[in-house]
Amino acid sequence: MSFFDVVFYLFASITVMAGMGVVVARNPVHAALFLVLAFCSAAGVWMLLEAEFLAITLVLVYVGAVMVLFLFVVMMLDINLVKLREGFWRWFPFGALLAGLMVFEMIWVLGSRQVADVSTTVVRAADYSNTKELGRLIYTDYVYPFEIAAVILLVAMVAAIALTLRRRPGVKSQNIAEQVKAKKADRLRIVSMPSEPKVSSK
Amino acid sequence: MMEWLLPIQNLLGPAWLPVWTVVKIMVIVGPLMGAVAYLTLAERKVIGWMQIRIGPNRVGPLGLLQPIADGVKLLMKEIIIPSGSNKFLFIIAPIMALMPALAAWAVVPFNAELVLADVNAGLLYILAMTSLGVYGVIIAGWASNSKYAFLGALRSAAQIVSYEIAMGFALVTVLMAAQSLNLGEIVRGQQGSYGMLNWYIIPLFPMFLVYLISGVAETNRAPFDVAEGESEIVAGFHVEYSGMAFALFFLGEYANMILVAFLTSIMFMGGWLSPVPFLPDSIVWMFAKVAFVLFLFLWFRATFPRYRYDQLMRLGWKVFIPITIVWVVVVGGWMQTPYWLW
Repeated sequence: MSFFDVVFYLFASITVMAGMGVVVARNPVHAALFLVLAFCSAAGVWMLLEAEFLAITLVLVYVGAVMVLFLFVVMMLDINLVKLREGFWRWFPFGALLAGLMVFEMIWVLGSRQVADVSTTVVRAADYSNTKELGRLIYTDYVYPFEIAAVILLVAMVAAIALTLRRRPGVKSQNIAEQVKAKKADRLRIVSMPSEPKVSSK
Repeated sequence: MMEWLLPIQNLLGPAWLPVWTVVKIMVIVGPLMGAVAYLTLAERKVIGWMQIRIGPNRVGPLGLLQPIADGVKLLMKEIIIPSGSNKFLFIIAPIMALMPALAAWAVVPFNAELVLADVNAGLLYILAMTSLGVYGVIIAGWASNSKYAFLGALRSAAQIVSYEIAMGFALVTVLMAAQSLNLGEIVRGQQGSYGMLNWYIIPLFPMFLVYLISGVAETNRAPFDVAEGESEIVAGFHVEYSGMAFALFFLGEYANMILVAFLTSIMFMGGWLSPVPFLPDSIVWMFAKVAFVLFLFLWFRATFPRYRYDQLMRLGWKVFIPITIVWVVVVGGWMQTPYWLW
């Protein structure tokens, strides 16, 4: 077993165990943290495949941003675990069936001859830039799918904001632009008052 | 250059590479920790002088041994683990805060040859590592099982995620100008016969300001230290930490400050390049620029009052992100014209 294999099996087993942890963990915050671990070790596997752009982007986007917001929400939720666990045995056969189906599909796909052929990794030269190649492909061959995907995401974002945006009259929120624009002259009036005449003491 | 090491290399055989790498890591991390220690002293001294005080001057000559005394004090103190806390996460949180702050240093070039790992995607790697730093804060806040710590963690998470976007876009303009993600290449892209006029700070000046301010916000420094906010939430996410566990957060924050200073000088101020054409390029310039940026950090802290939370969010989302997106388009257009001289 070469060093490459050792590293691969290390990352792969951590990924699988973290994935199990996501499902098994009782505390939702622990589950989210297990998912972070799974992402990190998956990034390690991608790094082994010399896909450094994808690996680092996975850490940057999913671990650095998406999971932070996930944790943010999960920490603030008041989740009733007893209620979540209700009806576990009633749904168990259905879940087991789905899991079995997925295992069967995975074996079918990964065991097929086409996948077996590409299992050998192509070793690139040291100056090969994964990022540059990806950029070239995305902005030449796949420019239309890429732009369409971007527009769809933009539409989804605008829609999500539009759904939650509502104007309520009489809200006393601050207008920050107005506050920042405030000048000393708007709020402060300096009055020049003559001092009191001296009272002569008798 | 390294001929005198050859006998050791032959002696160790295949174990040479890991051993040599560890040595190189120590050579970076050791001085970094020293810099962190003396940055705390510099901070207290500089702020003291700005407020017409003397600053620490009792321990050693001119107070120079103060950081060592502080370090020994923190080492000797008891680490209190609150009984209601989640012990595993409570202990791992300070490690999570310090680890990315140190890991990011792997790709930082000090001069043309001196870099631990000269990777192509260096800039991306730095962004990924600095974005991991927030986990230390969040986990600390949650595992402490304390209201103040939790509020600090939530504030910090929202702040770091917001400013990361502006920071990322500011770096996009840098990599457009340099046409590389490699930090060494970015510095070499600023090489030219006009000294500091060749630096990216000239065409990307708005991005320099955005990056510097976002860097202050990312490291939770004043005036963006709402995550700590002594007057509002005691000390924020690390309120339950004591002794060395607290010191790790402290080390992480200052190591991040120095990292941001290095990145600012690499990406906008020409790294190790000389500001004037008649002087040679040297690592001294690098350290001088870093010291200047660090001084700015201390100056900000001594000068500005803390931002209010809603204004901080407004600055990130409604000011910086639009500015950076506009400047990405401007730079893209500018680079297509013959007036792009960099």
